[in-house]
Amino acid sequence: MSADFLYGVEVVLNGLMAGVLYALVALGFVLIYKASGIFNYAQGVMALFAALTLVGIMDGQVPFGHLINAIFGTDLHGFGWTVPAFAAILLTILVMILFAWCVHTFVFRHLVGQPPIILFMATIGLAYFLEGVGDLMWGSDIKTLDVGLPQGASLWIEDSTAFLGGDGFYGFFIDRLDVAATLVAAVLVAALVLFSQYTKQGRAMRAVADDHQAALSVGISLNFIWWLVWSLAGFVALVAGIMWGAKSGVQFSLSLIALKALPVLMLGGFTSIPGAIVGGLIIGVGEQLFEYLVGPSIGGATENWFAYVLALAFLVVRPQGLFGERIIERV
Amino acid sequence: MSALPAAGPEAAPSRPVLMELKNITLRFGGVEAIKDISFDIREGEIRAIIGPNGAGKSSMLNVISGFYHPQEGEVWFRGRRRPAMKPYQVARLGIARTFQNIALFDGMSVLDNVMTGRITHMKRGIFAQGVWKGPAEREEVANREAVERIIDFLEIQRIRKTPVGRLPYGLKKRVELARALAAEPKLLLLDEPMAGMNVEEKEDMSRFILDVNDEFGTTIALIEHDMGVVMDLSDRVVVMDYGRKIGDGTPAEVRANPEVIDAYLGVAHD
Ligand SMILES: Nc1ncnc2c1ncn2[C@@H]1O[C@H](COP(=O)(O)OP(=O)(O)OP(=O)(O)O)[C@@H](O)[C@H]1O
Ligand SMILES: [Mg+2]
Repeated sequence: MSADFLYGVEVVLNGLMAGVLYALVALGFVLIYKASGIFNYAQGVMALFAALTLVGIMDGQVPFGHLINAIFGTDLHGFGWTVPAFAAILLTILVMILFAWCVHTFVFRHLVGQPPIILFMATIGLAYFLEGVGDLMWGSDIKTLDVGLPQGASLWIEDSTAFLGGDGFYGFFIDRLDVAATLVAAVLVAALVLFSQYTKQGRAMRAVADDHQAALSVGISLNFIWWLVWSLAGFVALVAGIMWGAKSGVQFSLSLIALKALPVLMLGGFTSIPGAIVGGLIIGVGEQLFEYLVGPSIGGATENWFAYVLALAFLVVRPQGLFGERIIERV
Repeated sequence: MSALPAAGPEAAPSRPVLMELKNITLRFGGVEAIKDISFDIREGEIRAIIGPNGAGKSSMLNVISGFYHPQEGEVWFRGRRRPAMKPYQVARLGIARTFQNIALFDGMSVLDNVMTGRITHMKRGIFAQGVWKGPAEREEVANREAVERIIDFLEIQRIRKTPVGRLPYGLKKRVELARALAAEPKLLLLDEPMAGMNVEEKEDMSRFILDVNDEFGTTIALIEHDMGVVMDLSDRVVVMDYGRKIGDGTPAEVRANPEVIDAYLGVAHD
């Protein structure tokens, strides 16, 4: 096989791995949107907040330390302990569940039945509020996150695939962190699908997504389900935050991963779980291939916009998304 | 109270009272949808609520199922006063319902729709289902069996995998009944189960309602416009007009009540 072809394959592999993560972030949006009609602008900030909280807990940072120091003239920095990654992740999950409860109880519970644009505005408010809370709680400096995921190129993959090509090919260059992230994301996506298909709560979630009145009439508490979907979205945000944070540090730009999910949603539809998965893969592969094949001849940096162009083109042809049902207006 | 022979004028069987509504008044802004209405529903009976359009029948059903909260009056269920409850809490008490404008989960199959009716019977939560596989699986199997029985009973086996959104109106009504039945309710509320059906579909639905009442002993409260159907099906009838109760008794009694004849039977309707 020619080396060019094999490098193309490598690009596709990397694209698929990025795509799984995009799918994961997109799922966070889909969960909330399906169950409550809320397009959650704060999803990216939730990922940032979750990652900050995780780092803070692991490093034994005192929450709101700066604030406390400023008010009481103390000089607190840390508790002086560190927490193992696994325990810290569990604690962060609890924090995200509590966060979900607060968001629902103090904000969206009071906005039930409001038009979608109002709900959307509320999530914008939530995003900036949460960003501020994150800063206050954990400080705004750039942090590194190391939960023990493998890092760096996998020599094993490189060596064991080198034979595929000829002289010009040295094997697939694949980052072990990407592999780990892909595996985790794939497992999580599968778990979410199974959860929504086969558990009582999953069934209730789908019921609420379909018809509120009918859901109530069979004994489903809407408030509980809304809390549940915000919690799940918080969990998804945490996982995405860990993956991105491990790769490029925990800082404000982490919240921009939400922007990666938008084209995925445009492609896959806002209400379809399979749509988010397939959409994520298409965007992941599409943008990497485009950058590889066309990027060099037009100056590169196409990842920033290509996904949107792809999604936009797709939207024009199929406004309902990949798996959405075609809406035919009744007259 | 339930031990006493039938109170009031109605010659209904002296079964125990399952649900009692006492002096219910319901207002929407200035509109009084229900004005100081009292009546009871006895165990095992088919209780019809009739009246012209806008009489407040659906509102009454919504009060019973917790979708509306009356400003005045009390709701008693199984000998106890029921506090103000959310609809899902009422459902968990064993009160299932259908809606006048059909509320199904259009994106799900018939089977999944009926399965949601079992949610109140699913005890094991997320963690049990993930960790404690054995009992959770047994429960799922038991629920499946209950659902299959109801699907057989209502003769909708052929469409069990069909997405509900694609079904014709008459079948949707039947699926909605199946979902309500899946909860094995103590009280079943049906809001115009036969509206918009053709004669044959109406006959089928009447037969199902009678069979449910017969075989499962389910107490049923239903709203219906078709007087013939009401007379055939129900043990006792409440007649409403402009939010007031103007008649209560057996079909024969109600039919003979002059006020009812004036207000309702005399008026040309649909
Ligand atoms: N949610 C609501 N908000 C405001 N008014 C309502 C509401 N529900 C019912 N009403 C009013 O209460 C009155 C009774 O309505 P209801 O639907 O109970 O009548 P109905 O007897 O079921 O009529 P139909 O035979 O047409 O179904 C009507 O005037 C109606 O407009
Ligand atoms: Mg009505």
